[in-house]
Amino acid sequence: MKIFRKRSLLLLVLLFACSTGLFAADGVAIDTGATAWMLTSTALVLLMIPGLAMFYGGLVRSKNVLGTIMHSFIAMGIISVLWVIFGYSMSFGKNILGGWFGWNPDYFFLKGIDTKIMDAGIPEYVFSMFQGKFAIITPALIAGAFAERVSFKAYCFFIAIWGLLVYNPLCHWVWSSDGFIYNMGAKGAIDFAGGTVVHISAGISGMVAALYLGSRRGYPYQVIRPNNMVITMLGAGLLWVGWFGFNAGSSISSGLSTAQALTATQVAAASGALVWVIIESLHQGKATALGFASGILAGLVAVTPAAGVVQPYGAMILGILASFICYGAIQIKNKLGYDDSLDAFGIHGVGGVVGALLLTFLIRPSWMKEAAIAAGGRWTIWNQFGIQALAVGIAIFYAASMTFLIIFVLNKFIKFKSSEDDEMAGLDRAYHGERGYGMLNPS
Amino acid sequence: MRLITAIIREVQLDRVREALIEAEIKRITVSRVSGHGQQRIEEMYRGQIIIPDLIPKVKIEIAVNDAFVDITVDTILKSARTNGAGSVGDGKIFITPLEECIRIRTGERGGTAI
Repeated sequence: MKIFRKRSLLLLVLLFACSTGLFAADGVAIDTGATAWMLTSTALVLLMIPGLAMFYGGLVRSKNVLGTIMHSFIAMGIISVLWVIFGYSMSFGKNILGGWFGWNPDYFFLKGIDTKIMDAGIPEYVFSMFQGKFAIITPALIAGAFAERVSFKAYCFFIAIWGLLVYNPLCHWVWSSDGFIYNMGAKGAIDFAGGTVVHISAGISGMVAALYLGSRRGYPYQVIRPNNMVITMLGAGLLWVGWFGFNAGSSISSGLSTAQALTATQVAAASGALVWVIIESLHQGKATALGFASGILAGLVAVTPAAGVVQPYGAMILGILASFICYGAIQIKNKLGYDDSLDAFGIHGVGGVVGALLLTFLIRPSWMKEAAIAAGGRWTIWNQFGIQALAVGIAIFYAASMTFLIIFVLNKFIKFKSSEDDEMAGLDRAYHGERGYGMLNPS
Repeated sequence: MRLITAIIREVQLDRVREALIEAEIKRITVSRVSGHGQQRIEEMYRGQIIIPDLIPKVKIEIAVNDAFVDITVDTILKSARTNGAGSVGDGKIFITPLEECIRIRTGERGGTAI
């Protein structure tokens, strides 16, 4: 794909500019079209976080609605601040510590990019803010796995440390021009907008955390039902809209590749949603609103790594398969009985893996030709599949082991899981001293 | 037959329900209510501390045959108390005579319908 070449070129130029102490602004003019679209995308990706807050918030019990919404909102505060201080540098700086993560003194507090225009023709501020939004939503996704049962304080520390030790290194490996996953194989592992970096890492981390912390009180014998499907559906809608920024913005341009990614995104979301309600109707007799929302997410997650390399028919196949496999994964979860409360693993983990692996069989022929040239002659689907599987395996192994380690150590200082009393009283009352639905009672 | 009406703290609902189920009292009606009592609480509203006039509580209604009154009341007493010995705001239990009980499905009346 062109985009990857573009990205690598742009980053190479950046690195060159840094090492020689020159500003790229000296020679590069602003591409106003691309800049306008990237500004829009940045705002769209931020919109996904309130969307996620509403999606998750509607699914919990009414005593936990504000606490759950705050899990997403607090990430906008914590991760944004950390991203400006050193997140961007760790993700997009030059390899240090054997390539574990990156570092570039110019990116510390973003102080060296004040006037810098990137090779793609956009101010580097825009790129760094755009990437920062991805760093925010990833830890917020994890919260779905341990909803309704964690201390707010411990959660804040958890996402801060997780962002530093899991997200930033993974982002560096997959998207930075000197990241080792970026450089695997002929044209690198394909992760257009964050299948491995965002969804697989969040999903698997959620699974590890859910297993480590144990289930909610009364799960699975006591029925735990959504308090407000209406806000869940609004949230799912905002996520769908925001995802155009997430995927189409990941082209870091405003042109053909943007249009390709945008189309793939719409097709996968629609086919995923449709297939989910069909499966559900046949299996359980009714098409639920939650099923439709789950299908939207399954399709969107699966197409995230693939949006740059698949054509509309490929996106449709990914959406359909993602719904089938995620639906199955949730059925298996119900049988196994572990408490991934809002299916962070079932949708994001499983959907991410489906997308990252199966996209291999749906790549545009022109991409494979370019890969063959880059490899010096031959590059087959199975070659690329090996690279994809390796990238997925690395992401799973790294995210799972680091998450375990972080929770294990953090738990020694702050008890991560809510006390029984706090859990029964609800997160809203226990940690925020507020009520989500004051109007339900006369006051 | 008696109608037992308990007004309890919202946060104790899970414990009370679990204790009642444990004591084989499984037919209950639960509603959200607000009211005045001895308790005064502080709440945050728009960043200011306020003392609301009406405090949210949960009302549990249980119709029982006479033989089950004591066990029901004891179970609620034990499970609805907070801080071990109990504190202001734990609520009240009212017991009223129940004239008749009719199961809609069959039309049965009296103790067997409960």
